[in-house]
This record gives sequence, structure tokens and C-alpha cells, in this order.
Amino acid sequence: MTSVPAVRQTAGAGAARYAARRAHVSIGSERRPRWLTYTLLTLVILASAYPLYYAFLLASSTSAGIVQHPIPSLIPEGHFIENVSRVLGADIKFWQAVLNSVIVSVVTAVSVVLFSTLAGFSFAKLRFRGRGPLLVFVIATTAIPTQLGVVPLFIVMKNLHWVGQLQAVVVPGLVTAFGVFWMTQYLQSALPYELIEAARVDGASMFRTFWNIALPAARPAAAMLGLFTFVQSWTNFFWPMIILGSTNPTLPVALQLLQGTYFKDMSLIMAGVVLSVIPLLLVFLGAGRQLVAGIMQGAVKG
Amino acid sequence: MATTATPPVTGRPPRGDDASRRPRRVGLTQRLSRWDVKVSPYLYISPFFVLFAVVGLFPLLYTAVVSVHDWGLLTGQGDFVGLANFSDVLHQSFFWKSLRNTLSIFLLSSVPQIIAALVIAALLDANLRAKTFWRMGVLVPYVVAPVAVSLIFGKIFADQSGWMNTLLGYVGLGPIGWHTDVLSSHIAIATMVDFRWTGYNTLILLAAMQAIPRDLYESALLDGATRVRQFFSITIPMLRPTLIFVIITSTIGGLQIFDEPRMFDQTGMGGNDRQWTTATMYIYELGWTQRNLGRAAAVAWLLFLLILVISLVNFTLTRRIATDSTRPARRKKARR
Repeated sequence: MTSVPAVRQTAGAGAARYAARRAHVSIGSERRPRWLTYTLLTLVILASAYPLYYAFLLASSTSAGIVQHPIPSLIPEGHFIENVSRVLGADIKFWQAVLNSVIVSVVTAVSVVLFSTLAGFSFAKLRFRGRGPLLVFVIATTAIPTQLGVVPLFIVMKNLHWVGQLQAVVVPGLVTAFGVFWMTQYLQSALPYELIEAARVDGASMFRTFWNIALPAARPAAAMLGLFTFVQSWTNFFWPMIILGSTNPTLPVALQLLQGTYFKDMSLIMAGVVLSVIPLLLVFLGAGRQLVAGIMQGAVKG
Repeated sequence: MATTATPPVTGRPPRGDDASRRPRRVGLTQRLSRWDVKVSPYLYISPFFVLFAVVGLFPLLYTAVVSVHDWGLLTGQGDFVGLANFSDVLHQSFFWKSLRNTLSIFLLSSVPQIIAALVIAALLDANLRAKTFWRMGVLVPYVVAPVAVSLIFGKIFADQSGWMNTLLGYVGLGPIGWHTDVLSSHIAIATMVDFRWTGYNTLILLAAMQAIPRDLYESALLDGATRVRQFFSITIPMLRPTLIFVIITSTIGGLQIFDEPRMFDQTGMGGNDRQWTTATMYIYELGWTQRNLGRAAAVAWLLFLLILVISLVNFTLTRRIATDSTRPARRKKARR
């Protein structure tokens, strides 16, 4: 019997999934779990969903109502739209924050995918002096707390006159060690040498080979990497807060402003929270499956 | 040949062909192509190395330079002051408080988190109906920004008319000063961290659990091992590399915690008595509120060293613990 990882190597992820499912079925001794497992898991899911619903409940009520009922009833009151429109009218540049978050997250995700795939292609499939040690170096950098370099990074950005400018957030995130490692791992198994050789025999340049052969082959892993990068830059706070400030905020920075300015108005703040969460929840509904698969594959390989 | 693509060899024949047809361009095309093969690999990996050097390594090293200078946020570089920034910082009680808080929040969040993630992963590892639903369910909090998480839990743990205190009131427990008491505030912040990250780490551990060969469990079953015994004697030892990975990454992230404590109240200062100021918050306060980048750099450098030391301790410790728990299993196998 071939193992599931072996199937993944030889026949791709889809076949591996099938083999995994079959392997599960074929073990007759493993019965379906009893109600206790489902009950416990339901509690876990409720614990991860309730705080979000709680935010929505508060966003649908009034400040007076929140004081009266600290534990809100599960049926929302009717003030959600009103609170949302107050957030949009609040003095926090909400639409600009949304636009900035979209720009930063999209540009970062596209760039990380592109540069990581390029580097992954090189590490996985091309032969050059120093390849092994350089790859080890890339992996080692993931253990370095680079956030602690904020002081000089800020000085550099100040000298470039980039304080308050989106590129100050985008540029440091253009390519990540995690991304390079991730794409290297994937391309090692997903891109056959024969394809590269065929392209080279046909006279394609290195870059052409990358663009027409490696990039399409990397698509599933690239999609996952793009998703993770998007979530990460959408939720990023520390550096955007320092370098952008209140003049040109991203969404998390705008939320901080909302809290600082209207801290007594809980229904307003929670409406802002709900607004900031909705876009990623939609992404999650559409692509949560890929996120789950991405984390689990990364774990096995990493 | 089988292990690596060697473009020079495979690329030559067609180029030779080309050469016989168009003799005048041989030199240039061939030289270009050879150059392409030689330089491209380095060119493709260079974006990462250049970027890392500029925004990762250089700032980290230059932090040391800034830390030995008088360096104002607005005034820029001043005199060389030696280790004065360090000794100033080491004499501040807020510095030590911030370290204490960071370590306390880190332990209070990571220990329960890893235990919970292990248990939930074990639950998910069963032959469930609607697997994807449960897996996606535990991951939902991951897409909520820490800032939003902190705002939500800041209200749940509000001192007056908060969710938690009201609930405690129903069962006859007195209100807890989540924003005034040191330990309580740490617990509240640790809860936020765990809310966001437990599901993520659960899935990592679940993946590793599913890679454990099922026949190990079958033979344990034949030997009469209970499910609990199987968990401790097979699952945990087999998860060793993944556990080390999870613990190390959560150490590096956890010791730099900023978003959650910063947003725990509207001032962002970490409480009246700095009950929940973390080291990264302290760096921010020194650098951008007190406008003293020199001192901020000193704290950053100290925190960097601390993370390095703790990561190493962590690494050796997890290794030893995991090895210890492997040994009985091995012995058992040998006996059979």
C-alpha cells in the first residue's frame, strides 16, 4: 500500500486527497465518533463564533441598551444600519481606510506570490552554487523578530519622506521568507523536470520558462499563499499605525481612531468592528476551504 | 541529471542548429543564453535577499547603533552616549514591568492554547461527518484582526456592565477588575490571543496527527491501551517536531505582542499603573510618545536578546520533554 504523502508526490494533491479518504474508509475499526465529540466540537465552534455575533448584537443596539443589558439577548435590535451610517459619517476617514486596506492587501498579496514563486522556482528547480545554504538562510530568517527593527526602519522611511504614505507599508512586505519557502516546497514536487527541459529545448529563456511553465504549475499553492498574505496585511496593525498614523489610515488604524475618539459610544465602535470584519468573513466563506487546506499542508511539509 | 535540470546540456542542441542557419548571431545569442542560465537563478532569489537586507537585517543591526546615541524622533541623531540609554532604561520600573507583563501574558496564553489545540485536534482527528465544516469553524477567528478582537473582548471584559462580570454576578461571584488588576488583565489579554490563534494551531496539529500511521493505534488497541493512553504514548511523541515548530513560532510572536494590549483600553498606555504594558508597547511609548528613539532602540535590542535566549531554552526544553516521553514507547516496542 502506498502512503498518502507518496501519492501526493507522484500523482498530485487531488489523488492524495482521494487516497486519504479511501484509507480512512478502509480502516474498518474506526467507527464514527459518538455524540460527546460532536457536543464538545459544537461548544468550540460556538466559542469561536459567539464573540463575533456579540459584536453584531452590540452594533445593533444603542449605548443605553448596552448598559441595561450587558449580556444582550440573542435577537438583534434594529439599530444596525443607523450605527453603520454613524461610522461612515464619523471623523475617521472610513472610506479612505477601506481603500487603503484594499490597496495594501492586494498589492502585497500579488507581489508576495510573484516574487516567492520566482524564488521558489529557482530554489526548487535550478542548479546554482550556494543553493542549499541560501535556502537554509531563508528558513532561518523566519525565526528573526524583525518587528524589533522598527526604530531604524522608521528613520529610513522618514529620510525617504515616506511617513504617511502607503508605500511605506507595502514595500517592506513585498516578499516574505515564508512565501519563498512555501513555494520552494510546492514546486519541488509539483513541477516535473521534463517540462522545464522541454521548454528549454524549445528555446525558451529562463524567464519565459518560469512564466509559462512554473507559474501555471504553482497555481494552487500560489492561491493559498495569496490568501494568507491578504489576511495578514489586512489585519496588520503595528507598523501601519506607526508609519501611517491618523492622516492616511488602514482599517485597523481607523478602528483605533474610532475607539480613541468615541470610546463611550460602544454601539458605534462595534459597528466599526463589524464593518472591518465583514470583508474578510466574505473572503473566508468563499475560500475558507483553501485556508484550512493551506494550513494543514504547510504543517505536514514544514 | 535526474536530480537537477542542467539547462546548459539540454539547451545546446537547438542553439547549435540555430547557429548553422544564422552564423552571424551565434556569438551574441549563445553568450546571452549562457548568461541567462548562470545569472537567472540568483536574479530570481535576489528580491527576497535584497528586501530582507534592507528592511529586516539592516534595521535590526542598526538598532544597536541608534541605541548608543542620543536620538530624538524629531531632532534626529545626536551625540554618542555609550550605554547611557541602556542604563537609563534598566533603571525604569516601567521597563521591568513591561518585561514581567510580556512574559506573564505569553505564558498565560501559550500554555492553555497549546493544550486546547491538542485536545481540539484530537477531537477533529476522529472520523467525523462534515469534516470541512468543523475545520472551517475553528478557523473563523483567524480572519478577525487582532485590533477588532481586542475591541470585542475589551467590552466582554469591561469592569462596569461587562459581559463577563455580569455573568459572574449571576453565579454569585464578585465583579473582577479586568482593567485594574494585574493578573486579571493578563488573563483577559491572553484570552484574546487564544481566541484568534487556537484554531490555527489546532489545524497544524491536526495535520500532523493525520500523518501518524494508523497501524500504531491498531497495535496499541490490541495491546489494550485506552484512548487516553494512546494519546499520551503515541500521539504526543509522534507530534514532537510539529509541537516544537508551534511552540517556537508562538514564542517569537507572543513575546512581541502589541495589538491586543494596546487596544485593551482607549488610551493605549497599558493601564494606570502599566498593569498590561508589554515590551513592544514600551518601545512604542519611548520612541513615539516620549520621542526618544535612542531609548526605544535600547529596549528593542534587549527584547531581541531576550527572545533569542528564550527561543533557545524553549528549543532544548521541548526537545528534552518530547524525547523523555518517547522513551517508554520505544522500550515497549523493544520488549515486544
